[in-house]
Amino acid sequence: MAIPKVCGIETEYGIQLVGPGDANPITASSVLINAYLAEVKRRVGWDFEDESPGRDARGFAREGSMAPVVETHLVNAVLTNGARYYVDHAHPEYSAPECANALDAVKWDRAGETILVRSMVAAASSLPPTQRIVVYKNNSDGKGNSYGCHENYLMDRSVPFARIVAGITPHFVTRQLYAGAGKVGTELPGGTDAPVHFQLSQRADFFEEEVGLETTLKRPIVNTRDEPHADTKKYRRFHVIVGDANLSEVATFLKVGTTSLVLAMIEDDFGGGRDLTLANPVKAIREISWDPTLSTAVELADGSKMTGLEIQWELLDRAHRYADAAGLEALGGAGSDLLARWESTLSALETDPMSLKHQLDWVAKLSLLDAYRERDGIAWDNPKMSALDLQYHDLRPERSLFARLGMEKLVDRQDVEDAVLEPPRNTRAYFRGKCLQRWAGSITAANWDSLVFDLGSDPLRRVPMMEPLRGTAEVVDKLLDGCSTPAELVARLGS
Amino acid sequence: MAERELKRRSATTTREEAEVEEAPAAAEKAEKLKAEMDELLDEIDEVLEDNAEEFVRNYVQKGGQ
Repeated sequence: MAIPKVCGIETEYGIQLVGPGDANPITASSVLINAYLAEVKRRVGWDFEDESPGRDARGFAREGSMAPVVETHLVNAVLTNGARYYVDHAHPEYSAPECANALDAVKWDRAGETILVRSMVAAASSLPPTQRIVVYKNNSDGKGNSYGCHENYLMDRSVPFARIVAGITPHFVTRQLYAGAGKVGTELPGGTDAPVHFQLSQRADFFEEEVGLETTLKRPIVNTRDEPHADTKKYRRFHVIVGDANLSEVATFLKVGTTSLVLAMIEDDFGGGRDLTLANPVKAIREISWDPTLSTAVELADGSKMTGLEIQWELLDRAHRYADAAGLEALGGAGSDLLARWESTLSALETDPMSLKHQLDWVAKLSLLDAYRERDGIAWDNPKMSALDLQYHDLRPERSLFARLGMEKLVDRQDVEDAVLEPPRNTRAYFRGKCLQRWAGSITAANWDSLVFDLGSDPLRRVPMMEPLRGTAEVVDKLLDGCSTPAELVARLGS
Repeated sequence: MAERELKRRSATTTREEAEVEEAPAAAEKAEKLKAEMDELLDEIDEVLEDNAEEFVRNYVQKGGQ
């Protein structure tokens, strides 16, 4: 049986300092994040200072402790909802907490957007009135520079990596049909033979390899980073770099849900049906992205051709058979909703893609661009097209175009609000978040797979969290309620 | 597999039938949709960045992951 597909989304946001002054994006990102942390401290009273890496050096030399989560001078905080919020590659990055299913992944991804919006508001009060920081949830500046939205999925370590690569590649090449965020033009170095006015994906232009370790250049469709942040003998954290950052909740749900399901099938070695091995995945991912009519057929290894939709139908058929044969427990309760949504989405893409303009990012964006082209009589190369594309991703509620398009919501607003400060209840993120809510001042380092406590006496005490599904509310609430100090907690855990 | 095929076909058929049967209603609906879209564009015009060209040119990011 496939193990539960614990998952999480990490997003590097685009950041722009508007107005006079130093436009260094690293500085701007730091100002943004620090402003948010100060605001949380003021409003809620939680103090994250002890997670600032400056203090962590102390941990190295002491018995029973371990290296802090980062060794740089850059801002790096772990939030009470179990997420990490930090500066990475000159972008603010929010790594959501571990979630037990795709719908929770949507909720804590949305919570991340809320945190970025609040960060912009908080930063405004620390900047001169002529300056402001603006954050975009996209993956490209339209000039050849890309930044990522990564996903992570828990996998059984015993599954051969080659099987994962073979099984997931056709899905990664074609899931952009619903998970693409849409983009005006192309950024392929050297350009394209035929003009590309609009494409499904923000990221497809930037992938040059089938498999590899890189994330910032020569990006591979399947990334081989092997850093489980969990029991290395039992688990793999499958790290996905090929996706777009979605604003649409339906798109995020489908992206994470279908990928979880395909990975579960790979884990259980559930095959059958047509062999979907592609002749040239890098070429195929671009060809599919560049064709919003969805009619392009890509070449398979056996010489035949299939459209992206045909490949997706084949995967869905397999998923239905898998559900009947093995069940969908690995999807943490999201399985049946996911199958239904996957099917209705493929049907709509097949009959009338534009009917999904309230569901999918690329369709919403294309529909808006078409309406402007028609009303204003402008061509694709009019700067207004790129401007609309960019502003679709502006996170400021007063500027966001996405927010004005009546997109379908899957999670309740109050639930998102709660998720800004509260961790998921059914993964180890709960233990992390609840300990930070109570005793942030005594935690010198919070990592994905451990917390390090400073109890005021030697040595620092490390609490390992090597099981992503241990430390859930059911167990932790009882445990924490019986402890009035972190020392009591550590003593209980040690006994 | 066969069941899937059936569902796909029936989805297509339903849509075609709907189009044939409700042609006048569809025209009316299209007009209403267009009016709604015009209204939406007017609303969006109010919040668009002033100078599209400059706005797009100034948005430059350092590459990330």
